[in-house]
Amino acid sequence: MRSASTDKEAQGGTGHTLDVEALRADFPILHQRVHGKPLVYFDNAATTQKPQAVIDTLVKYYREQNANIHRGVHYLSELATYEYEKTRGKIKLFLNAADTREIIFVRGTTEGINLVKDSFGRKFIGAGDEIVISAMEHHSNIVPWQLLCEEKGCILRVVPINDRGELDVEAYEALVNEKTKLVSMVYISNSLGTINPIKRIIAFAHARGVPVLVDGAQATSHLTVDVRNLDCDFFVMSGHKVFGPTGIGVLYGKMHLLESMPPYQAGGDMIRSVTFEKTTFNELPYKFEAGTPNVADVIALGTALDYVQKVGLSAIGDHENNLLRYATKKIGSLEGVRLIGTAAEKASVLSFVLDTVHAHDVGTILDQEGVAIRTGHHCTQPVMARFGVPATARASFAFYNTIAEIDVLTEGIKKVQEVFQA
Amino acid sequence: MSSVNELYQQLILDHNKNPRNCRHMDHPTKIAEGYNPLCGDHFTVFLEMDGDTIKDVSFQGAGCAISKASASMMTTAVKGVKKAEAEDLFQKFHTLVTRGMKSAVEDDIEELGCLGALAGVSEFPARIKCASLAWHALHGALASEDSKVVTTEE
Repeated sequence: MRSASTDKEAQGGTGHTLDVEALRADFPILHQRVHGKPLVYFDNAATTQKPQAVIDTLVKYYREQNANIHRGVHYLSELATYEYEKTRGKIKLFLNAADTREIIFVRGTTEGINLVKDSFGRKFIGAGDEIVISAMEHHSNIVPWQLLCEEKGCILRVVPINDRGELDVEAYEALVNEKTKLVSMVYISNSLGTINPIKRIIAFAHARGVPVLVDGAQATSHLTVDVRNLDCDFFVMSGHKVFGPTGIGVLYGKMHLLESMPPYQAGGDMIRSVTFEKTTFNELPYKFEAGTPNVADVIALGTALDYVQKVGLSAIGDHENNLLRYATKKIGSLEGVRLIGTAAEKASVLSFVLDTVHAHDVGTILDQEGVAIRTGHHCTQPVMARFGVPATARASFAFYNTIAEIDVLTEGIKKVQEVFQA
Repeated sequence: MSSVNELYQQLILDHNKNPRNCRHMDHPTKIAEGYNPLCGDHFTVFLEMDGDTIKDVSFQGAGCAISKASASMMTTAVKGVKKAEAEDLFQKFHTLVTRGMKSAVEDDIEELGCLGALAGVSEFPARIKCASLAWHALHGALASEDSKVVTTEE
């Protein structure tokens, strides 16, 4: 590492301290040079890296276990089915759901939201009804509802955020009324890092009989999610944001809601019997899993969740908070740098803009220093509009990141400023 | 020279800081908008045509240093030239930023003039669209029949 600072500076949280160097050894991708410099991977809010155990699971599946599931009577099919369904059980425990039938495999958070929109939304939301979202939603929790509004004549209500990027809870409480049929809200903002008071949001909606969908894409890698404690009605997540493979995600839904909802896609596996006159549908969760599912990635997602739980989400949270605190202090105090998103409750996401340099130019120069950050609107154009910026640079930290890496980022930002001052 | 310095040359930084012809045009003959939905860069190119000749050209908008400098340099390159020449220059410029200085023949380098400063972009594939955004808008404007707004998403 190219810094005198040590990770001791990052210590001081509660619980056990992570042995970050040992954990980094589990992630082969981190040990490479980019443009001749050691890779500093700070784009974890976009996607997280995969531990060797996840990679091994994928290889093992295709080398030793691959078969179609729920169909064959042969050995491999039974083995693949067993591993696939065992993972559903792991996810039930990870989210603390009441029943494995409440766990539906989807491609990711986006598909999970679209499933709820197409199935629940089309059946239960009609003309004049209202859906409440927030101003910090990812496009994937805006656009599906806009499509539903276009189709059904329902109305989208947006809860504003303040200058720190926090939800205006009073405005939220004023927006929920007898016309509200669904609240769909992000747990942790991908572009601001804000952690929403989701339990309070849910309780308020429930007191008015309104179900709540929680977009948990950014939550699962930072904090312990307990869907029963939150009492959310739907929870959606993506495997690749929590050290698992791309192309796999989870929709959790309360049993009585999932049972009341029509199928989302039709095909094999989701049926009980088919004749040309009448088709009856399979029970939960298979009613919502048409076609051959993404078996390999489901199983590898299970491995990723095992890994995260072994590391410990509480220790992960402590380490990330220390990284965030250090980075906020270091980068926030640089002249000409403005932080976007300074909520009191924040996950390890640091969005910033430079006075005189566009985020893309920041990203290109940092990349030459081996530092991978995300630049752009982060699929949250309304957030950019709210803060009056075209784009931000975003560094997002995972448990395998270090204080020394933040020093590299800080020096990189200084270099950007030098290039543009010349 | 490092590739960062190659990309952010003095001339480019200067055009970024002090863009030329960066103004609204009250009565343009043609307008086109260049928009990159991936990054949000957004420019409007205004043209005042005199027959086949670009009598005046200006632009407005927001984007990174590469896209803004490229838009600025484009206006200085195409002002007063004929439509066909501007299109020809676009093709040569496109070759330059996608394939680099080595790909360009000597005559083209001479013709490109100061636009050659953007050759470094070819080393940064993600930034090629930044450099060509305003040019695509110009191309859209030249191709349009009237002053209707043309949107190009390149």
